[in-house]
Amino acid sequence: MRVSISRTFLRDYGPFALLVLVTLAGWEFAAWLKLVPAFILPAPTAIWTALMEQKELLFGEHLPATLQEVLLGFVLSAACGMLLGTGMHMFTPLEKALYPLLVISQTIPLIALSPIFIMWFGYTLWSKVAVVFLTAFFPVVVGTFDGLRKSGAMYKELLLTLGATRWQILRKTQIPPALPSLFSGLKLSMVYCVIGATIGEWLGGSRGLGYFSRRMAGNLQSAEMFAAVFLLSALGIILFLFIVLLEKIILQKRGIHR
Amino acid sequence: MNVRRGEFISIVGASGCGKSTLFKIIAGLLRHTGGELKVHGMISDDPSSRLGQVAYMPQQDLLLPWRTVMDNCLLPWELKRKGSKAVAVKNIREMLDRFGLEGTERLYPQELSGGMRQRIAMLRTLAAGNELMLLDEPFGALDAITKRELHRWLLELWSSLKQTVLFITHDLEEALLLSDRIYLMSGGSGGVQEFSVDIPRPRHYRMNYEPKFIALRENLERRLHESIY
Repeated sequence: MRVSISRTFLRDYGPFALLVLVTLAGWEFAAWLKLVPAFILPAPTAIWTALMEQKELLFGEHLPATLQEVLLGFVLSAACGMLLGTGMHMFTPLEKALYPLLVISQTIPLIALSPIFIMWFGYTLWSKVAVVFLTAFFPVVVGTFDGLRKSGAMYKELLLTLGATRWQILRKTQIPPALPSLFSGLKLSMVYCVIGATIGEWLGGSRGLGYFSRRMAGNLQSAEMFAAVFLLSALGIILFLFIVLLEKIILQKRGIHR
Repeated sequence: MNVRRGEFISIVGASGCGKSTLFKIIAGLLRHTGGELKVHGMISDDPSSRLGQVAYMPQQDLLLPWRTVMDNCLLPWELKRKGSKAVAVKNIREMLDRFGLEGTERLYPQELSGGMRQRIAMLRTLAAGNELMLLDEPFGALDAITKRELHRWLLELWSSLKQTVLFITHDLEEALLLSDRIYLMSGGSGGVQEFSVDIPRPRHYRMNYEPKFIALRENLERRLHESIY
């Protein structure tokens, strides 16, 4: 049994791990040969050393700051996104009024809007949360809205003949089949949150991994910059996997097998 | 057209003549554009007043795939919350036994055969506890062997259920075997024709080889043909 588990693990992740190892080795070798200057592309070992040297600052201050922005932004995005998606599903006029606005909100280049955010919220946590929210709430709205329409008219008619109210129809036959689509939206949103927080910190701030990476890039301390980028990416992956886990648990509990 | 308490009435007619539309009107999903509709002798003009009063079972079983058989059957109770859950569960267990579905209550619909799913959908329809049941081609999507098996099952079970049933079908043998009366529907302004099935009850599925049954079938088929052309 153990053998077969490690074998499936190797089959699923082996090619990926091999590619990463080969790339890292090639990268390290190129840096060792000094094919590119270290301030343009530092060696993986140098990045690791920088990560270790700066670990108190990175893990003690900047990572918690970014994590706070990401989580606050995500909770807001998820709550507002689900509420808006459900509202648009239940009230057609709301859908007709809001859908174009939502799409427009996604075509605005955030970077161009950021000076305004700074004027509104200052260099506080909330200016970053606002950027996070604007990048991350859209997939939740679309995931919720599209998911709720999946169950179709036939279930709705059946429930109506059983004397169900609109809210009962929503709860009993529309929310369960919407869950996979909702979770797809949440997964996308989570990844966007990390990107949004980084952009927010780039635009103005004094803490966070995005801020740190920008400052280090300005000082040509590429290894430190890459260390922060590596942490940001790891943060995104871990948070993404957390949503995947949550999805698995909830879908299994609700009897929706995939 | 009229339906008396306890009757089993079939409706046959060409595709697209409005049988399903008629059902949706009776169930309260659609508003009628002409004529008059009476429930218990009272004119019923507002379709929403009929919602929840008439049980309706479409051709697809429409079982919720994320719920077990028991939870699917509990759906009508969940929506109305009449009486305690324990009583509802007990009733459904008894009905599962009577329907030949014992041991399935924890299974999911995907794990069952088409015939079993259809029986569960019918059980759910019955569990709604309405006097009138509208069955829109409930066996239409099943293969011939399963269909025959369900006829046999329904004939054995039906007399004890004391339900009033309107039944849409394209299968004339099915209509004759199950019904007290048959309405032939034709599209447009053709209206409906009544056809009585004077075969004594209790009926048996082997009756469809008797000369009387065959004569009735011939007669019905001719009248259906005339009503279309």
